[in-house]
Amino acid sequence: MKRSIRFSDRLANWLPRLVLTPSLLVVLVAVYLFIAWTGWISLSSSNIVPRYDFVGLEQYVRLWSTPRWHTAVANLFIFSSLFLGLTTGLGLLMAILLDQRIRAEGALRAIFLYPMALSFIVTGTAWKWILNPALGVQKVVNDAGWTSFVFDWISQPRFAIYCVVIAAVWQSTGFAMAIFLAGLRGIDNSVIKAAQIEGAGLPLIYRTIIVPMLRPAFLSVIVLLSYVAIKSFDLILALTNTGPGSATEMPSTFMYAATFRRDQMGVGAASAMMMLMTVAAIIVPYLYSELKETRDGC
Amino acid sequence: MATLEIDRVRKSFGSVEVLKGVSISIADGDFLVLLGPSGCGKSTLLSMIAGLESVTSGEIRIANDVVNDLPPKDRDIAMVFQSYALYPTMTVRQNIEFGMKIRGVQPAERAKATLAAAEMLQMKHLLDRRPSQLSGGQRQRVAMGRAVVRDPKLFLFDEPLSNLDAKLRVDMRTEIKRLHQRLGTTIVYVTHDQIEAMTLATRVAVMKDGVVQQLDDPQVVYDRPANTYVAKFVGSPSMSLIPARLAVDGAGAVAVFDIPNEKPARISGIPIAKENATKFNGQNVLVGIRPELFTVSDGKPGRTISVHIDVVEPTGPDTLALFQIGGVEVTARVPPKTVEARKSATLTVDTTKIVLFDAVTEDRID
Ligand SMILES: Nc1ncnc2c1ncn2[C@@H]1O[C@H](COP(=O)(O)OP(=O)(O)O)[C@@H](O)[C@H]1O
Ligand SMILES: [Mg+2]
Repeated sequence: MKRSIRFSDRLANWLPRLVLTPSLLVVLVAVYLFIAWTGWISLSSSNIVPRYDFVGLEQYVRLWSTPRWHTAVANLFIFSSLFLGLTTGLGLLMAILLDQRIRAEGALRAIFLYPMALSFIVTGTAWKWILNPALGVQKVVNDAGWTSFVFDWISQPRFAIYCVVIAAVWQSTGFAMAIFLAGLRGIDNSVIKAAQIEGAGLPLIYRTIIVPMLRPAFLSVIVLLSYVAIKSFDLILALTNTGPGSATEMPSTFMYAATFRRDQMGVGAASAMMMLMTVAAIIVPYLYSELKETRDGC
Repeated sequence: MATLEIDRVRKSFGSVEVLKGVSISIADGDFLVLLGPSGCGKSTLLSMIAGLESVTSGEIRIANDVVNDLPPKDRDIAMVFQSYALYPTMTVRQNIEFGMKIRGVQPAERAKATLAAAEMLQMKHLLDRRPSQLSGGQRQRVAMGRAVVRDPKLFLFDEPLSNLDAKLRVDMRTEIKRLHQRLGTTIVYVTHDQIEAMTLATRVAVMKDGVVQQLDDPQVVYDRPANTYVAKFVGSPSMSLIPARLAVDGAGAVAVFDIPNEKPARISGIPIAKENATKFNGQNVLVGIRPELFTVSDGKPGRTISVHIDVVEPTGPDTLALFQIGGVEVTARVPPKTVEARKSATLTVDTTKIVLFDAVTEDRID
């Protein structure tokens, strides 16, 4: 009797660890081990196959003297800032409008959320047609009678990256909206009533009281969207295939091309490490400050 | 400071009528408590006074001005909510100053008003904290401070103490009473707690299902409830309502209680107006007796009743004795150790304070 109790106690103690161990191992190997491996490769002279020697920062020097990489970095900054800004802003605006208890809210929410269910490949392909001057928006407007209308950003090297922004914003705004809407629904109505009685109009109430209360929602949206922005690989391939020329090259597509198509595994690994460091440099301080604030009770 | 008149006010949400013609009128400086069970429409009425809900029909007048179509900010009111409704991302100081800022009060004046309110509510040391760093009682103080700096014509409170624990509730109750005595501002206060109503109010409106049952001074509501609903809702333990037959003899009205297998018990000296005594002679009535109207008998006959005590519940200052009369449970509040369970006792009734109700309509008979 006594023994069996002890055994079940011990089982209860060990079971959670037993259950968690496989997934922990997978994460350790698939994520952290490969990060370490990539880091090592980036310091080696690997090109077509991995080579386990040490050449210092040579691959990083090669990387930063490749013009294509500079295009990729510039594009990443343009894309991420516009994508994050527009998605967050539009998502918040739509959430606030939907929160005014309008009719057919359920249907609208579903419509806005629907793009989320598509893969970036589908989004990219659809928008490739929509933005194609010979097939999409331009043709429709031309056919409708406005024959001088031109909308050919996707074939212009200077503007093609904005087409990627449009498609990505279209896909992700509904998601941002859903998170903000959940945040808005969690706000005590009497806070708004109290501010109304004190004479604040709705715009002021939203600006000074409600939006500041949505900090946790902003945290989720920004963290999740940053991750979408940096790994946006499939969307580029489907929409522009890094063209025209290399106008829409991004670090992720660059890394893929260097590693698997141009036999520059070392350069590819170096670019991967640069991406990792960029993400860490942005996300870690943000997470840290936000989590610290919540611990302080905000 | 202002008078408040609610004149045949109705409110419907869709096809559901929540307020069915409420009329309440109070004087300048009154403390009106809207008392009733949850769901009876108290908060709805308060929101209509505040302008947060529209009026379906009827009129609301503050200081003799019809405010039906005035937005909340122009009604010169301040409201304290059950959930405190503080702005969580602002400090206490910013919370209190927010409204003044919107009304364009100068910074120096704002600071002065905030400090005065903080001093009055003993929360000067809290001014730079955020709501999440405060206890429930402190949050309620801040909410009151925010209302006080408005210096409104009318304070509105919606169950401000319901989220506090019992001890704190009693303290804050006193605090609110003190606030009213100091400022003299007219207050409308919503609660489902009859003790809060008794302790705070100068006027109590007892509500049920969107209808005001009685609007009176708290003592009158307690002593002369308009109907059996009010009688049961106000007072704890509540008034016992004993079915009886009214008989009139030369000495006055007598309540006759049928007791199975025994001769009927009688209590004489029932207070009733002459014309009603004639009207209800021989009819069934409900005799309302508050627990404290019973005393352990001094032996004089007439207004006494013999009972068999079922249960005795000591509360400290006095003891509650439970027994049966006429098939209903009756509670008496007697001094400790004067009665024993499962023994007989003879109790005297202070008949002057007995209240009679019509057994059919359940309204009070005067
Ligand atoms: N916005 C609303 N829409 C529909 N019904 C409501 C609304 N507000 C309140 N009610 C209904 O009105 C009744 C009274 O509510 P309320 O005034 O909050 O009661 P109390 O404050 O006395 O508990 C309840 O039955 C409630 O369901
Ligand atoms: Mg209520």
